[in-house]
Amino acid sequence: MAKSIDVSDLNIYYGDFLAVEGVNMTIKARSVTAFIGPSGCGKSTFLRSLNRMHEVIPGARVEGKVVVDGQSLYDPTIDPVAVRRQIGMVFQRPNPFPTMSIYDNVLAGNRLNSKRMRKSEADAIVEKSLQGANLWNEVKDRLDKPGMGLSGGQQQRLCIARAIAVEPQVLLMDEPCSALDPISTSAIEDLIHELKSSYTIVIVTHNMQQAARVSDDTGFFNLRAAGKPGQLVEFNPTKKMFTNPDNESTEAYISGRFG
Amino acid sequence: MATTEPTGVIDTETSTKRGDAVFAGLARSAGILIMVALAGVGIFLLVEGAPAISASGEQAYGKDNIVLFVWPLLYGTLLAALIAMIIATPLAVGVALVISHYAPRRVARSLGYLIDLLAAVPSVVYGLWGRAVLAPAILPVYQWLSETLGWLPFFEGPATTGRTILTASIVLAVMALPIITAICREVFAQTPRMHEEAALALGATRWEMIRMTVFPYARSGVISAVMLGLGRALGETMAVAMVLSVSGLVTINLVSGQNPSTIAANIALNFGNASGTKINVLIFSGLVLFVVSFAVNFLGRWIASRGQVKA
Repeated sequence: MAKSIDVSDLNIYYGDFLAVEGVNMTIKARSVTAFIGPSGCGKSTFLRSLNRMHEVIPGARVEGKVVVDGQSLYDPTIDPVAVRRQIGMVFQRPNPFPTMSIYDNVLAGNRLNSKRMRKSEADAIVEKSLQGANLWNEVKDRLDKPGMGLSGGQQQRLCIARAIAVEPQVLLMDEPCSALDPISTSAIEDLIHELKSSYTIVIVTHNMQQAARVSDDTGFFNLRAAGKPGQLVEFNPTKKMFTNPDNESTEAYISGRFG
Repeated sequence: MATTEPTGVIDTETSTKRGDAVFAGLARSAGILIMVALAGVGIFLLVEGAPAISASGEQAYGKDNIVLFVWPLLYGTLLAALIAMIIATPLAVGVALVISHYAPRRVARSLGYLIDLLAAVPSVVYGLWGRAVLAPAILPVYQWLSETLGWLPFFEGPATTGRTILTASIVLAVMALPIITAICREVFAQTPRMHEEAALALGATRWEMIRMTVFPYARSGVISAVMLGLGRALGETMAVAMVLSVSGLVTINLVSGQNPSTIAANIALNFGNASGTKINVLIFSGLVLFVVSFAVNFLGRWIASRGQVKA
């Protein structure tokens, strides 16, 4: 199920504007990879290019290669919709569908794949996904209530349940805790730890302690200079990154001396 | 808060207070003016329409009582407006979706202008077009319909003229299209980006994304748009008066030359020659139209407020 991702010489453009330049990295399967860096340096853009979500913005395009388990994502024969069914995403702000119940929110992705499900099968997926997202015990008595009635942290876990219900190969998380309080944040971090045994997880975070706590590898993104495109400055195991980074600007950023 | 501060401060305070008072007065009188106008129209219709209740025979245009006179007109009004909405709603929703979600921005903008231009065409021009162009052009279609689908009561025929209630409804649909499209476009475009992205990230196609996020979000807005369009179709006068060939029959046969008229068109065609109680009879039919339009708008508002989705 979990797959590794190979990125080579990836340039990401919005129209004529080069947003991220020359990224090379290998994201290991069944591990957590964190991206850190100052705002606007392109780490979210890069994350979105991993499941072709950045194409939602008109004019966005890439050069270079992203290969998941031997399959190039940007091959002309590949449908971005199919990519997104394999590579799930959790967003900064919890975004359950407001008109759907908790139950229907979890199944939203499965229903898109539009094979007819038996009720027992659907029930099983809902329970498994909610349990996987550590939410089952809190909501099992009110599955038919709207998803918007939950607290922010519960909503975010509902979104994670929705993403893992379709059993993706990779789970992308774009600052999943930045809108949450510390207790909810810690719940999500615990969850990330558990999920990594079955999924490849990539997370963007502004919180350096969080990157240090949850990730195995860390990538540091930065702008080459003001107005220049963002680039991957350093990519190393998290332990090395936070104790003995190769690059001076990484150390400066991590120790809070800039950015 | 106003202790004796330096005089400058107090001066500006009093002048803003005066500004507030002037503005509040203006706003209040504008609001009251609307109420007075509405009440004035209602009272006029009630007072002038009341004598028609006892009208019969010659005074009620040959009908035994006022109900028999108003009913076919009310029926024609509702039928024409209803068919117009059945035609216009899918079209308007489709066009609005193209503008808000499918077309590239430049195309979408010019398409939006074109649709808005439809609203600027005077209704008498629509009437002319319906009578001189659409009616003759669509007659073969009606003939075909009455021959092949004649077993359906709607298309019984005989199709002898293009000036049927269906033609009138098509013209009404075109006239109501801009207002429905404009409102739908606005609500569709307001769908929160994060919900759209949630659907896309799950691997939804654009159409699936629209069904999952845009339609549920916009449902009440679309309903109130249709209600406003319905209000327009109910009250439309000139276009119907010019297009329709009238017999005053209550029928669901949509393609024959025997059609019920509508209240508004009937008033426009007959008011010039009316005298005595006939005037009261026509005004009474106007009162009925007023009440129906009012109810439709009220219903639209109610549905819109009830169905509001918390984002």
